[in-house]
Formats: sequence, C-alpha cells, structure tokens
Amino acid sequence: MDLFTLTLGEAKAKLDQGECTSVQLTESLLARIEAVEGRINSFITLDREQALRQAEQADRERRQGRAGKLCGLPLASKDVLCTSSMPTTCGSRILEHFVPPYDATVIEKLRREGAVLLGKLAMDEFAMGSTSENCAFGTPHNPWRPGYVTGGSSGGSASAVAADQCLASLGSDTGGSIRQPASLCGIVGMKPTYGRVSRYGLVAFASSLDQVGPMTKDVRDCALLMNVLSGHDPRDATSSARPVPDYTSALRDGLKGVRVGVPVEYFGAGLDPEVERVVRNAISMLADAGAEIIEVSLPHTEYCVAVYYLIAPAEASSNLARYDGVRYGYRAPQADSLLDMYRQSRSEGFGDEVKKRILIGTYALSAGYYDAYYKKASRVRTLIREDFRAAFAACDLIASPVCPTPAWPIGEKGDDPLALYLSDILTISANLAGIPGMSVPAGFSGDGLPIGLQLQAAHFNEEILLRAAWNLEGRAGVKGRRPELV
Amino acid sequence: MKITREEVEHVARLARLELRPEEMDRITGQLDTLLSYVAKLEEVDTTGVAVTTHSGVEGNAFREDKVTPSLPRESALKGAPRQNGESFVVPRILS
Repeated sequence: MDLFTLTLGEAKAKLDQGECTSVQLTESLLARIEAVEGRINSFITLDREQALRQAEQADRERRQGRAGKLCGLPLASKDVLCTSSMPTTCGSRILEHFVPPYDATVIEKLRREGAVLLGKLAMDEFAMGSTSENCAFGTPHNPWRPGYVTGGSSGGSASAVAADQCLASLGSDTGGSIRQPASLCGIVGMKPTYGRVSRYGLVAFASSLDQVGPMTKDVRDCALLMNVLSGHDPRDATSSARPVPDYTSALRDGLKGVRVGVPVEYFGAGLDPEVERVVRNAISMLADAGAEIIEVSLPHTEYCVAVYYLIAPAEASSNLARYDGVRYGYRAPQADSLLDMYRQSRSEGFGDEVKKRILIGTYALSAGYYDAYYKKASRVRTLIREDFRAAFAACDLIASPVCPTPAWPIGEKGDDPLALYLSDILTISANLAGIPGMSVPAGFSGDGLPIGLQLQAAHFNEEILLRAAWNLEGRAGVKGRRPELV
Repeated sequence: MKITREEVEHVARLARLELRPEEMDRITGQLDTLLSYVAKLEEVDTTGVAVTTHSGVEGNAFREDKVTPSLPRESALKGAPRQNGESFVVPRILS
C-alpha cells in the first residue's frame, strides 16, 4: 500500500504502532508530488530537504516518547500564512522573495505538534479570486480533471490534498475560499467561527472576514486539525478565549434530535441540476441518520454578493496599503522620488484583480461615496446576520450547496468578473455573519466531478457541523474515492 | 455610467496606483459593471439598522498597556529592499 494515500488519522496510527517512520511517509509523499505535480501545479514552494530534516527530527522525538499530536505528519499550507523557514508569496509578484521574520500562530502550532511542512500552496493573489487563476506563479489544476479549475482562493490547498500530495493542508476563507475549492476538489474543508483560530501571521485580505481553517481527506482529520489550530492567541485580539472542546468527540453516529434547515433561497435560479440532485440526496441521508429536515428562509441572500464586494475590497484597500516598497517586498528599482516609488512598486507588483479590488475599495471609502457604499453595505450586513440568528432559532444547522456548479474549464469565466463573483453567493454570507461553515464530499456529477454539501451553524458550533458531516461521510459512499492520476 | 474614467484616475491616485491607458479602459468598464450591480442595495430599507463592522460576537478585548518584547530590529530590516542596518532607506521625499 502506498503511504501517501493515508489520511492524517491513519498515518498517525501507523507511526504510533511503528509500522512506518516519518521519513518513509515523507519520502512517499515527495515521490507522489514528483509524479503528479507536473499536471496539478499545487505548490508555489516545495522544500524537500527541510521536510526530510523535520521528518528525521520527528522520528527522533517519537523514539524519545516526546511525540506531539501531529508528530511526523507531512502537511502543507496555503502561501498566505507566514513561515520563517520559506518564502510567503501570497501568490503575488510583490512578495515573490519575501521570507517573513516570524511564523504565523497556526504554523507555530503545527510545528509545536511535530508536523512536517512540505511547502506552500498555490492561491489567487492575496486570496482574491474563486478559481486560483489569479496566482502569479501558475494555476493549479483540478486533480479530478486536469484543465479544470480547483476553485479558490485556496486552490492549491485543495488540489494537493485531493491528489495525495500532502496528508492535509491549511487554507484561509474570506468569502468561501476554503469551502468552495474543497467542494470542487472532493475534500473536506472547514471555515471556523470568526475568532476560533488565530489570524496572527495570516496575510490580511479583509480582516473582519478572514479565517484560517483545515482542508482534509476526511471528517476525522478535520476534527483532529481543529483541535490543534483553535484557541486564544494574545497576538490576535479578535481571537476568542472560549475553551476549545475535543472536536473528535463530536463524531458520533446518528442525528436524532438535530434539526437541519434547508434555505429556500439557496436553491434558486442558476443552480446546476446535478448539484441540486447530489445536495438533495445528501440532505435525505442526514434525514436517514435521524435528523429532522425543515425549510428555513435567509431572505437577504440575494444581497450578500453586493455587500461582500464592497466590504471586502474596502478592507483590502486599507490592508494592502502596506505594500509600498519600503519595508519588504518588491521595490521598483528606477523610481527616484518616494511617491514614484510607491506608485511604481505597487503598479508593477500587483496583478489585475488585486488592483481592481483596491480601486473598488478606495472608491467605496472615498469622500462622497462612503455613506452610499461602505456604510450601506455594513447595514445590510447586519440584516444578513439577523437572518441567520432567526434561522438558528428554528434549526441547529443549515444544509445547502457550496457552489452553484461543479468545476469548470480553466479560462472559461475570465472575461466576466461579475459572473465569477456571483458564483460565491452561497458561501459569502457565513463570512459576513462570522459563523462556521464547512464543505463535505456528497457525491459526483454524472461526468465524474465532485460536489460538496455545505453545512453552516451558529457561532462556535463547529461540533454540530462535524457531527453532521461525519454522518454524511458514513452514508455517502464517496470517502476514499480518488482521482486516477497515474 | 456609475463611474467615469476621470473618477477612476482620481481613485487610482489616492490608492497610489498607475494604470496604463488600456488597463484604465478595461478596469473602468469592470468597475462600472460592478457598481451597477451593487446599486441593488438601494432596494433594501435600512432605516434604523445599525452597521456591522466586525464579525466577532464577544465585544472588545482589553489588555494591560505594557511593553513586551517585539521583533528585533535586525529581523524587521531583513526583508527590506534597502536598509542601512538601522533604518529603511527610501528615495528622496522632497524634490
């Protein structure tokens, strides 16, 4: 059996029982990467030597009885999380050679638990995009059909897990960037509650929406990683001091007494019939597990794309002001005044989508437009939060599609940004409301592309998501199905 | 038209971005499409609705105003395009 096909939980058991070493496991994954990376293009940075050194160290720690929770398990991270040991590019030319002076808190946590970091994964530049085509260092391909998009912005994080290039990965989610690629690539992805996981060292896109989360091969792995990632961090004032439960104890058979809400607005025009078939079927499996299915309404759903595409760019325009060629990143070499240096460094360093969003955000915050755009959007955001509050009075979780369609060919939606923005409609509101959401594999389209089920719950209710996902996984019969790449 | 080329030029100046003429045309068109779309928010009655500016549910976080160790200067300067061991070096500010 090939070690690279193991889940995190299975690999951990093998290491614990002495059936393999971390070096063997890491070598197996590096060989797998070598075999398929040419077609998938998941990695921006791959560091074989460092990974093998960490694996040797992990094997030593295990022999000495000092094994952490992830000791010797090879993972990879979206290139949006700061790593002091390798570049952190954010998929942007402006950070092409940037090596951060510190690790993000979540990276520190992985290291503390003994994980092996294989490398950094492809993403839309500064996490702005839904296909990962905005990555300055090449577009990752969907392992289920090379030539098709992985989704985004955590596309490389999804393709690397789906193609068995790492056991699990980290992603970040500002408007669906973990859940949507997880759905399109047939893996599990969770966006935790805002504040559950530290954002320290996560390169900021939209600070009131960004959240780090796990992308894994199965639901148990998602719970295992949530146990490691969650918790208060004094360096992120928005991180929560609530105690972290053992998320694996949420994985229980049966959903008796659980009320699953199905929002009518999430099954509207534009929903691919294949997606609807798979999602409705998955919801009936939740009913088979004992859940009560009820209809709920989220009446402001149709406004969430408009709200998001004002608030996220507004925050981004402020966050990305720091890329000015002074302290790190690219500096235009020929500029001979400070202002020219700012302008030229930013104009040469940023890609099109990033420039566009900076301009939208600057416009929405500028004198004369602030009330009409930013403030109006912030008020409608309140109504979107209220929708969820009302819905969660009637149900424990909400089940829906993740993305209106399965994956599509690379390049297909390049000329129509609004159409692409509209494809985010089902995932954006969780970020606007700050609630947790996840995508769990539910089935396949007739022509073999994965389709996920989205589950959303009230703030800090990740456990009910994991429990429902676990029950679906046990019934859907798609776990362990993998793309044929070799 | 929701936004004119002149307005985009103004916003680009504020954002410290320079756009090539062909970039300017394309981006103006795309911004106009987007702004026409977000105008649908005008349909929503938000009279008396408070703004939401953050996603937290736990209120503000306070801490002691105490000096704690931070990034050493050497590390902070390490990634700079130009530095002199003490400071970041930038082109002249006054002409």
